[in-house]
Amino acid sequence: MINGISINYYILLSAILFIIGAIGVMARRNSIIIFMCIELMLNAVNLLLVSFSTLHNDPKGQVFVFFVMAVAAAEVAVGLAILSMIYRNVKSIDTDLLSNLKN
Amino acid sequence: MIKLVGLVPLFPLIGFLINGFFGKKMSKSLSGLIACGAILASFVVSLLIFLEARHLPEHSQIVNLFSWINAGSLSIPFEFVVDPLSTWFLLIITGIGFLIHVYSTSYMHDDAGFSRFFTYLNLFVFFMLLLVLGNNFLIMFVGWEGVGLCSYLLIGFWFKNTDYNNAARKAFIMNRVGDLGFLLGIILIFVTFGSISFNEVFAKAGTVSESTITAIALLLFIGAMGKSAQIPLYTWLPDAMAGPTPVSALIHAATMVTAGVYMIVRSNVFYSISDVASEVVAIVGVATALFAATIGLFQNDIKKILAYSTVSQLGLMFLGLGVGAYSSSVFHVTTHAFFKALLFLGAGSVIHAMSGEQDIRKMGGLKGALPKTFLTMLLGTLAISGVPGLSGFFSKDEILAHVYEHSPVLWFFGMLASMLTVFYMFRLMFLTFWGGFRGTKEQHHHLHESPAAMTIPLIVLAILSVVGGLIGLPEFWHMPNFISNHLDPLILRKSPSTLKHETEWMLMGIAVAAAFTMIYFAYIVYRQKQTLPLKEGDKLPGLQKVIYNKYYVDEFYNAVITKPLDAISSVFYKFIDKGIIDGIVEGVGNSVKGIGSVVKLVQQGNISFYLITMMLSIVFILLFTFLI
Repeated sequence: MINGISINYYILLSAILFIIGAIGVMARRNSIIIFMCIELMLNAVNLLLVSFSTLHNDPKGQVFVFFVMAVAAAEVAVGLAILSMIYRNVKSIDTDLLSNLKN
Repeated sequence: MIKLVGLVPLFPLIGFLINGFFGKKMSKSLSGLIACGAILASFVVSLLIFLEARHLPEHSQIVNLFSWINAGSLSIPFEFVVDPLSTWFLLIITGIGFLIHVYSTSYMHDDAGFSRFFTYLNLFVFFMLLLVLGNNFLIMFVGWEGVGLCSYLLIGFWFKNTDYNNAARKAFIMNRVGDLGFLLGIILIFVTFGSISFNEVFAKAGTVSESTITAIALLLFIGAMGKSAQIPLYTWLPDAMAGPTPVSALIHAATMVTAGVYMIVRSNVFYSISDVASEVVAIVGVATALFAATIGLFQNDIKKILAYSTVSQLGLMFLGLGVGAYSSSVFHVTTHAFFKALLFLGAGSVIHAMSGEQDIRKMGGLKGALPKTFLTMLLGTLAISGVPGLSGFFSKDEILAHVYEHSPVLWFFGMLASMLTVFYMFRLMFLTFWGGFRGTKEQHHHLHESPAAMTIPLIVLAILSVVGGLIGLPEFWHMPNFISNHLDPLILRKSPSTLKHETEWMLMGIAVAAAFTMIYFAYIVYRQKQTLPLKEGDKLPGLQKVIYNKYYVDEFYNAVITKPLDAISSVFYKFIDKGIIDGIVEGVGNSVKGIGSVVKLVQQGNISFYLITMMLSIVFILLFTFLI
């Protein structure tokens, strides 16, 4: 129990977030949305880590979350740079248009 | 000084490196100076070592330079041996080598590959020194292969000429046949004795069965056959005359071709134990001596005559080795190095004067124009003919006396070979230096004596050819036989001569009489009757035609070995190479290509598809991990 709320709800919330993210990644074609969905998945995991960390009174999980956030920030920097380059080249961020490597 | 024996091969190696890397940028005189200087330095060190080693109580010194091969139980140190035999060869190689280097500075002066020539020549001397200095069979083998390589490079020195390249290849391949025997011999030695160092192997030789020793001795002799041009592997040597003349003098007469003799003298322990092997050596030797001498009778190329003469003289040396006269053979190696180097260099001088002409049918009457060359070559010819007092007389006589003691039949054939030698050598001299000039007017106009750098080595060698015999005066003259005493500690079984003095005098008398008869005979044929060899394309009488064509041995080898090999290789090419090997290699490639063409359909370039695949795969992997 954390603040009177059962751990199950936390797990459920992060699972829902993760699935939303996963479906977004698979279903959408807009690169930025895909990108945001990836972030959503990452944060779903972060939420889970923090929850269990508090539950077990063990700070390791929270430390780990910091690492994940730091890496995610770096990844966003690179990812957005790639996206802007894609836009400059194709004038669009639709992933279906990115098929030049085929053939 | 003995500890510094490593310097002897080091100098030529340095000369080789300098000329090899910077030769093209240096002036010709500097390049020649470095090459000659390297050999001279080697010679001086060799001489000092020789003089010092003579006075040491123990005859054999081993100088360990470094540990060479260490692998498991196999340990081969890089050791040099300083003993009477190796120091003697050091003197021959560096001494004659130096004279020939000096000669070459002038002979090769107008050649574009001047520095390349000296690079190879220095490398050759380096390997030759390695060959005679090594204290185990492996170092000897390295030297052995190295001189073979240099021989190949120098025969094909003028590589723009296809015939010369073919001659070079022929020499190399024929030598490989012999080398295979040598290598197998070394392996058998290692398997039998567990070592390949000379001192260890020879000390244990008595403990092994005679048949093993015979096998080793015969395998080593196959190596010697290749390198020293004995039947059946001799045909490369006459063709090797394609190289520049100083090369013929140094490599194909004075030093490299005597490596076989050196090797057998070095392993005389084996041959003393195995009578069978000795007998084989003697018979092959006498057969080669006679066979090559007969071919020499009808050759018209001045260098080819000398080449066949070399083969014949080498045969004589092997005959001596076969009957156990090891020191006599080394003696003959020495005197032969003097007079054969002299004859080749003289021939080079003649060719130089004749603007490259080598056919003695187009020479004649050169003694006026080339007095120094003529006189020195005459002395060389007298020496090789065995005219009393000159070096060849003593060495040849010593061998033939030992042969007579062993078997009069072999002696008869050996004698016959040396008689033929006298005849064809004087044929060469009479046709070249006497009579009228038969070349073109232009050549006649160009005739000139060679410069001092060429004549001085000739004069030095002529002096050596004359007095060289003094190192081995016959024992029955009650004179000290220097060379025999010198090599004595190395020869395992040396039976004292049982010949009566009268017999020895008689043999000597026969040899002298035979030599003078043959000179007179040659004089009648080529001076009085003025006989000239028939021109190219003229019909020769039966037997003469066969001999003129060198008994068709080359054609025979061509038909029996080369053609079937070609046929077999074309079969292998068509079926094994094209069919099986190419099939496997291309099959692998094609199957990968085929699989790829199917699998590449998955890669359709749609990012969503990739992402979905990735997700589903992860889910699948997770399920798989948790459920199983």
